[in-house]
Amino acid sequence: MNDAYALTETTYYILLALYKPNHGYGIMQKAEELSEGRVRLAAGTLYGALNALCDKGWIVQLPVESGSRRKDYRLTEKGFAVLENELARLEKLVNEGKKVLEESK
Amino acid sequence: MSEPLTIHKWIWVWDFDKEEEWLNQMAAEGKVLESVGFCTYRFRDCEPGEYTVRLDLARNDSNYDQLLRDSGAEYIGRIFAWTYYRRKTEDGPFELYSDIDSKQAYLDRIVRILLIVFLMNFLMGMLNSNGAARLNMLCAAVLAYAIGRIHGKKEALDRERRLHE
Repeated sequence: MNDAYALTETTYYILLALYKPNHGYGIMQKAEELSEGRVRLAAGTLYGALNALCDKGWIVQLPVESGSRRKDYRLTEKGFAVLENELARLEKLVNEGKKVLEESK
Repeated sequence: MSEPLTIHKWIWVWDFDKEEEWLNQMAAEGKVLESVGFCTYRFRDCEPGEYTVRLDLARNDSNYDQLLRDSGAEYIGRIFAWTYYRRKTEDGPFELYSDIDSKQAYLDRIVRILLIVFLMNFLMGMLNSNGAARLNMLCAAVLAYAIGRIHGKKEALDRERRLHE
């Protein structure tokens, strides 16, 4: 897939939630918190997306600490760059939309 | 507490969404799925609407099991590759696939399994010429139909994605 494409909402919120390292369930909670309850990542969806994001090199799994059963993930430099690009793209979308709607008032 | 309820029921593989609907209808009426077996569903009493039940395909990955447990899903049982989970409705809406991409990936995984079983039956049917071979061909035909039905569900999702995510 071309990295210039828009991110899906699922990908966007996973990357946002991983601004600080977190484990799977922590990502679910963080995404819900950030979106004020709107984005609820289902377990099967999150699991598939985490694997795909690891394959793309946007996130990595951290070594499992002894005694913990949960794997933590963190953004890579590439992941940060993707997130920043997407944020810039979304800002443009919002500004352009606002401009059109406000001009026609 | 009344006696546990056992229902024997044959459900075609392409009707997994109707199966889920039926299990949730039962839960809404106060009977929650407690264990499963081949064509066998055992229920126990619950508060009407206390649980949401979901079907999934087994992943055999402890990471995924942990994620399900953390999110409050309770494992009920397994029939072949199908796994059954339930969660209290008070914890919010319970879904295992929350976007179109992952719903399609889920359907792809089902098709892949059916395709393997189809090919096995088809080859056995072609290579042999006894009564069992005819049974293999019949199975292959049913599986081909099932794959077609699931492909149809996937196309319905494609049409939805043409306009939004």
